[in-house]
Amino acid sequence: MDSRISGVPSELDRQYILSGAAATAPTLTHGPGAIGNSIVLEGERTLDEVAGCELSVFGVSKSFGPVAALREVSLTVTGGEFVTILGPSGCGKTTLLRVIAGLELVDSGRIALGGADISRLPANRRPVNTVFQNYALFPHLNVFENIAFGLRARRYAQAEVDRRVAAALEMLHLDELPKRRINQLSGGQKQRVALARALVNQPDLLLLDEPMSALDAKLRAEVQLELRRLQRRLGKTFVLVTHDQNEAMTVSDRIFVMRDGRIVQSGPPVDVYDRPGSRFVAEFLGTTNLIDARRENGAMRTEFGLLSPRELPSWERGVLSIRPERIQIRKDKPAGNGVRAIVSEVIYRGDHLDVFVQPANLHLRGVPGAVNVTAGQQIWLELPRHHLEALGE
Amino acid sequence: MNRLLVWYGELSTTRKLTARGLALLAIPLTWSLVLLVAPLGAMIAWSLATRGADGEILWILTADNFSRLAGFDSFGWTKAYLSILGSTVAMATVTTAFTILLAYPLSFFIALRPPRRRYLWLTLVMIPFCTNLVIRTYAWMLLLGNQMPPARLAQFLHLIEPAAALYPSPFALYLGMVSNSIPFAVLPLYTNVERLDWAIVEAGRDLYSGPVRVFFHAILPQTLPGLVTALILTFIPAMGAFVIPDLLGGGKSWMLGNLIQHQFGVSRDFPFGAAVSLVLTLLTLVGLLFLRRSGEESFTP
Repeated sequence: MDSRISGVPSELDRQYILSGAAATAPTLTHGPGAIGNSIVLEGERTLDEVAGCELSVFGVSKSFGPVAALREVSLTVTGGEFVTILGPSGCGKTTLLRVIAGLELVDSGRIALGGADISRLPANRRPVNTVFQNYALFPHLNVFENIAFGLRARRYAQAEVDRRVAAALEMLHLDELPKRRINQLSGGQKQRVALARALVNQPDLLLLDEPMSALDAKLRAEVQLELRRLQRRLGKTFVLVTHDQNEAMTVSDRIFVMRDGRIVQSGPPVDVYDRPGSRFVAEFLGTTNLIDARRENGAMRTEFGLLSPRELPSWERGVLSIRPERIQIRKDKPAGNGVRAIVSEVIYRGDHLDVFVQPANLHLRGVPGAVNVTAGQQIWLELPRHHLEALGE
Repeated sequence: MNRLLVWYGELSTTRKLTARGLALLAIPLTWSLVLLVAPLGAMIAWSLATRGADGEILWILTADNFSRLAGFDSFGWTKAYLSILGSTVAMATVTTAFTILLAYPLSFFIALRPPRRRYLWLTLVMIPFCTNLVIRTYAWMLLLGNQMPPARLAQFLHLIEPAAALYPSPFALYLGMVSNSIPFAVLPLYTNVERLDWAIVEAGRDLYSGPVRVFFHAILPQTLPGLVTALILTFIPAMGAFVIPDLLGGGKSWMLGNLIQHQFGVSRDFPFGAAVSLVLTLLTLVGLLFLRRSGEESFTP
């Protein structure tokens, strides 16, 4: 230590410095191309290969004893797409992910990746990697070795391991941490190590099992955006499993909503949210108003009188659904779908107002300032026809 | 200084807490003084004393007991005691190896049973543990007797002389030793395996690893704490064992435990017995430190 202060490194110090340099050499030598390295991850994949990453699930069923976790699930994910499997706990979403990863075997049905049937391949031979729910990092290995694990298993040369891990570390802003032990990492860092450990293998398909459930709300929102940008940049196929509809809306190109082992609706976030196909989907994604209704002469008879929905249903009795933010407050009686109501409660939420009105405890949402109502006030509401959905169960 | 403070919800003062702490400490302190420090001190003192002609202790301080253990006596050098020491270490090592080899898969087997049957299996492993060691050893002697089926089978296969028993023999010795230490190894391993994070095993699989690599990189490191405890709990008692080597190993295989027992019994040579005990204790301590360090290096939680 003394010699360092005096500026003349002792023999010991020099050795230390040299070995230190050697340990970080791969990163240094790749320094100029470091930015290029992360591009290599995407650049190595041609358009054909991206197209080859299409995932198809055909009529997959899986039971655990008497409990059916998956019932004839079919879905297709195009190469380069980011899809989310969304559903409440116990709906089978994690099981679906696990059969794709090879951590469970399907009872019947078929899973194909890039046209090849992988249903009977063991997990370690599928070109698929997973980010586990609690990350499942190897506690006895440091960050570098955790990320290198898959490459070492496939006996990559040391130089290639160094190069790829360095690129992955850089891509996920982990450059400073390769020597850290896992227990010295924060939740967000662990999550990025788990991502790096999966992505470094350049899988055809990345599976993410509720990867953000262990993060706090603010960090989660950041990570969701980062994850979406990362996926766009890499052009890889991502399949995310979550019970958080917000997360699903934020990251995905398409959402598959699951219930009781079945996919009940799929489509882009805007479709699933605005055009829910069932009462379950309407209630599970965001909040909604459900109004009991009966079909009557080309309109729906409700406690507010006759309302006309976007499309007339085939059933006689059911519910109409309208999102709180779609209900409009009007000074005068609107031309169609008008409802006379009394404000019962106004809740200030900072970025929006929640207004509850009678009858039927209807819930509206508005922008503070734009909506000026007080409890007890009589108002006119318009339930725009375009946003009023008639739903079966 | 007497300061008012809240201690886990209780309003108290520093003086009151100190007094209470000392009172609570008094019992274990007395306990370890009487049962650990005093005997250890006596052992060290005796090991430096000399045996009188009639087995009495003469306080002529000398290191002769230790040089005698190292093989130097009035007639020159003999390897007798050193070979006892060597064979004790060898016996304890082999016992530990066999015990771990059996206990490791057994604890996985138990930990992977459905909960209710798990406790049944654990109880089965623990039952012999609740029986007296001497009784258990005599039970083995009965079972290995020359008229019993195991011996009959060995006789039939010409593994032993006709009409011979399976004991005393190294086989009987290790059978007794290993069966004796299995519960000590299974318990810590089982508690470890029960808490195994199987997601890490799946992660290993997901990252292109076959069964061997998954075992060495995802399972073994997780079971290391239990493994180290199992090693300690098997090796230390095995080093001091004397009942099983005596009864099942026969007179031929003397261990340090037998040597010590003999000094305090037939030979009435307390100083030499104390010296051997001290060496055994030190050997065990060195082994413990070594294990602890290697345990720390490979697994720091």
